[in-house]
Amino acid sequence: MANSEVTTSEVRPKAAAQPFTAMAAIAPLVGWLIPGGGHLIQRRWIRGLLLLISILAMFEIGLAMNGKVYQPNTGDLLDMLGFVGDVGAGGLYFLARMMNWGTNAIAVAVADYGTKFIVVSGLLNVMAMVDAYHIAIGKKQ
Amino acid sequence: MILALQLSHFSAAVVFAFFASIVFGITQRSESRDMLRYAGYCFMVFVVGMWLAAWVMWLLHH
Repeated sequence: MANSEVTTSEVRPKAAAQPFTAMAAIAPLVGWLIPGGGHLIQRRWIRGLLLLISILAMFEIGLAMNGKVYQPNTGDLLDMLGFVGDVGAGGLYFLARMMNWGTNAIAVAVADYGTKFIVVSGLLNVMAMVDAYHIAIGKKQ
Repeated sequence: MILALQLSHFSAAVVFAFFASIVFGITQRSESRDMLRYAGYCFMVFVVGMWLAAWVMWLLHH
């Protein structure tokens, strides 16, 4: 019996190398709400500012090009995926919804680029969130 | 929206490549120098890929 217990404890995986800290939960959340925020609260000032500028610029340029901000929907699959991408921008997405931005009908062909800019800015923000999490758990400096 | 922007297809693609490359560089590499190099590499691949795709579309059209 004692032998089987020893064997069980040996088989059990070891604790994670990087402990889950409060920062590991807070950094991605802040990074979602404010692009680059997850890096800024971890004192990665330059990286955080570059992420903020890049994601904010892409989102704003998308809106300025009359891009569409997707709303929650259960219609076309691409529309649903568009919403998932948009909501990745976090605070920017909610601001756009509150201000009713991105609801104009697309009148020019290039406006479709604007829609893609907005979706991609959300997806890039998700990448930034994951990066902030990796920094928080010590996987990346 | 106050700002209204009319970019050409090319300039929109270059702007897209520029900002996406910055985020790729920061998130996909650990060291500052590697980040810069990877961002430059991504930007180059974006622009060259777009240029090649444009020529392919032109050849298919003509």
